Amino acid sequence: MQVFVNLLLGFLILCAVAASLSKNLLNTVLIFMSYSLVMSIIWILLESPDLAITEAAVGAGVTSVLFFVTLKKIHAILKTEAKAESEKGEEADEQKDPETGI
Amino acid sequence: MSRKIPKQEYEKTLSFRLSRWLNGENDTFVGKVEMQPQKEPHEDDSIVMNRKKERKQRMERIYDLANNWEVSGFEKLYKIFSAFFCLFIVAMLLIAVSYLPSYGHAENPVNNEVAERYIESGLQETGAVNIVTGMILDYRAFDTLGESHVLFIATCTVLILLRKDKKKDEKGNDIEVSDRIYEPKNDVILQTAARVLVPPIIIFGIYVILGGHLGPGGGFSGGAVIGAGLILYLNAFGFRKTERFFTGKTYKVLSVCALGCYCLAKSYSFYTGANHIESMIPLGRPGAILSSGLILILNICVGIVVAGTMYTFYVMFRKGDY
Repeated sequence: MQVFVNLLLGFLILCAVAASLSKNLLNTVLIFMSYSLVMSIIWILLESPDLAITEAAVGAGVTSVLFFVTLKKIHAILKTEAKAESEKGEEADEQKDPETGI
Repeated sequence: MSRKIPKQEYEKTLSFRLSRWLNGENDTFVGKVEMQPQKEPHEDDSIVMNRKKERKQRMERIYDLANNWEVSGFEKLYKIFSAFFCLFIVAMLLIAVSYLPSYGHAENPVNNEVAERYIESGLQETGAVNIVTGMILDYRAFDTLGESHVLFIATCTVLILLRKDKKKDEKGNDIEVSDRIYEPKNDVILQTAARVLVPPIIIFGIYVILGGHLGPGGGFSGGAVIGAGLILYLNAFGFRKTERFFTGKTYKVLSVCALGCYCLAKSYSFYTGANHIESMIPLGRPGAILSSGLILILNICVGIVVAGTMYTFYVMFRKGDY
């Protein structure tokens, strides 16, 4: 059991560091979500199921959803698609330029 | 005008001036303050050109990063100091943690007479099998009342900050269309999953709220679960379906009623407790669902406030108005 708890605690630290170092904001939110889930398991092991329910519902559920909505509002989720579209547009421009040059 | 008086005489009266001022017909500045457009400040072209040239040279000198030792030195120093600062904070926190009492030790300051009192006589005094709920909603109910109000105030602030201007939306397109433009509407997988999942989630939330004094749970966690279920329902079926039963008005009425109910219930118990009067509310048999006096009612109140708050946060983030 002690090994399991230590594993979970190590995973917690890993998640915290990874969430702050991740470049992609969507990945950060997902890592944060897993952090909350592991935290709720740790709450159960510390014999406080009240907190575990709240942590799972608020930390992993509602907060992450609010983060997702915010990321969507600032167009951070669709960044790759937008980039691809803009690259396509640049290619189209490059194709156009010689035509106009001719 | 009930009495007929000539118009010229009426124009002298106070009521005429007041009505003119109210209707905004009386511009107090016209005829009293001299108004004319400002003259543009005139400058010689050579001065302007000189200034632009100097500015350009200065910018070139500053952004010539290869030769600007001040900027590069500052960047190096910045990196060194930020690393230093991080290490300093980490060291301070670790030192502070090392002074904390060891976990689970019998002589920790946590294990004092307050905790003993809660554990020993909590069941007789509050009637709640779950000691945590007995503590939160009976011994420390005043704190929980403050927490519920903090949640309500936070929602009000979000309502103020994220509310959209209605005048701007009238000329533009529909809000729902613009918000869900990148999402598949009426997604079959999501809708089927939501149909299966939402009723158990909400029933589980209600169970957690109602069983707060018997087992783990309580108003806050159950309310958060119900709020998450409502958010899932909203995501699957859109605003048009949820607004049939839950709008901003519903939220305001529900949370004000719940907070008022909480205040009334707790005022009663504070009044009886402070004056050493025996409370009229029976504690009931411990373990039954209708037991432990006011705790069940308070749990329901907190649950309503929290569920509405979670849902309203989401809607305000999504749409800005509802």
